[in-house]
Amino acid sequence: MPHSSAHSARALRDAIANGQLTAEAACQAALDRIAARDPELHAFHTVFAERALERARALDRSTGPRGPLHGVPIALKDNITVAGTVTTAGSKMLATYRPPYDATVVERLEAAGAIVIGKTICDEFSMGSSTENCAFGPSRNPWNPDRAPGGSSGGSAVAVAAGMTPLALGSDTGGSIRQPAAFCGVVGLKPTYGRVSRYGLIAYASSLDQIGPFATTVRDAALCLDVISGPDPKDSTAAAVEPPKFEAALTGDIAGLRVGVPRGWLREGVDTEVMARFEESLATLERLGAVVSEIELPHSRVAVPVYYLVATAEASANLARFDGVRYGYRAPDARDLGEMYDRTRDQGFGPEVKRRIMLGTYVLSAGYYDAYYVKAQQVRTLIRRDFDEAFADVDVVATPTTPTAAFPLGALRDDPLKMYLADTFTVSAPLAGLPAISVPCGWTDDRLPVGLQLTGRAWDEATILRVADAFERTRH
Amino acid sequence: MAATRPDIDVSRVAALARLELTPEETALFTRQLSEILAYAEAVQQIDTTGVPPTAHAGAGEPIWRDDVVVPSLDRAVVLKEAPEASLSAGLFKVPKVL
Repeated sequence: MPHSSAHSARALRDAIANGQLTAEAACQAALDRIAARDPELHAFHTVFAERALERARALDRSTGPRGPLHGVPIALKDNITVAGTVTTAGSKMLATYRPPYDATVVERLEAAGAIVIGKTICDEFSMGSSTENCAFGPSRNPWNPDRAPGGSSGGSAVAVAAGMTPLALGSDTGGSIRQPAAFCGVVGLKPTYGRVSRYGLIAYASSLDQIGPFATTVRDAALCLDVISGPDPKDSTAAAVEPPKFEAALTGDIAGLRVGVPRGWLREGVDTEVMARFEESLATLERLGAVVSEIELPHSRVAVPVYYLVATAEASANLARFDGVRYGYRAPDARDLGEMYDRTRDQGFGPEVKRRIMLGTYVLSAGYYDAYYVKAQQVRTLIRRDFDEAFADVDVVATPTTPTAAFPLGALRDDPLKMYLADTFTVSAPLAGLPAISVPCGWTDDRLPVGLQLTGRAWDEATILRVADAFERTRH
Repeated sequence: MAATRPDIDVSRVAALARLELTPEETALFTRQLSEILAYAEAVQQIDTTGVPPTAHAGAGEPIWRDDVVVPSLDRAVVLKEAPEASLSAGLFKVPKVL
């Protein structure tokens, strides 16, 4: 029994506000649920039971104004810093690291009354699509524990799908929120690049990384985005755009809305059952009054290789900071500084991280920089332009979130290239900086969830949230 | 366009990336990186004449805050996370350089 909207963040908050429930009881219920389900599913790397209960009691005692998430437990991907608590990013390199500062999203969540209950399993430095690259993983899919939960924010998706917490945060670089949301049957939103501060997010690829929510309902995702978004003096890429009230955008009305479907891109290969659920979803949107038409996104066909060239180049630079000097792991017994660097990095990083650092270092190296890195950035421009042209004619772009439903754990472990193809439909939005949401849209015959992805114009999360909410209402 | 035949010198790249790879890792990455780069050749087939590169999908210029000095993290708190440090001197410690 994974979840129902009866356990939504909004319902929980309202029950606490009405005095039907204390924040402490809500927090204890989440901890009990984690105790019951997590031994099998392994969504969490760390649970802060005492810290969370103390905060809940403090909320119950307080008489001041109540925040929009008053008493709501939330799980955080373990690459978001919480001062004084272990934050690993799924890596042996940071196995005992206790950051001395809170991420901006943590400050905002706690100011809104949310209770951070623990940190979730993720692929190492967010590099992966299954949580199998985690030094402490993997997590298991609640709908079938032999299947991958998706990644890299897999543990956050599992925590919400299994009803352990009504909300969780993840981070999305090439699909790391939307792909696990689709695999686990929950809502996952990647905001516009710059909508949410990245201060306190352990970096993977800085031109792509963005924090966003997992929830059981679109309305909860909107509520959470309302809390975490907005400018931040600590992140120069958090745009000076005051966010609208996203929850207010959920009118249920999508009459006349124009939905574009990139049929040419979908012919790259989508599982038949996933495609069937997608076609049914389009029919539902039409019944709601939307107008569906075909569009072209010709350069998105190479979005996966463009993504892996751009993201690994950025990662090779970002991960240079892990050198055994200031924090994190240090290899023992090195004879000199150079040997200490080399051994620390070989012992501290897992295989996929090393593979991506190697690829990124190669594409940035003399003689290959123009042929690979600059070329990929030029094609990134073409991918953006395709979307700009499409958005002249349509309001949202619809695709399946993933080409298949959740694959078995272990199935793609030794074939990195095949694993990268799980990102086929999710890498374009971050390359173009656009917001995108995955909303559950049905099941395969094996009872695995399927996700519908809606991509919107930059800064227009309101429209994709409105469409996803209207769609979701037809399914409850 | 150069570099259409991926022929990757893994040892040289590992030295640039400051990674001491095992012989097994070197062999594995030689094969896997060549496969990934061969797959990336599809990108090189695309005509990008006159197309500017996109380094960042942000909406525009970075947002600057006022250049005002504010308290930063306490040195002792930061040094506490270091693998080796001298709290009294306020310094990180590393193995000998030469």
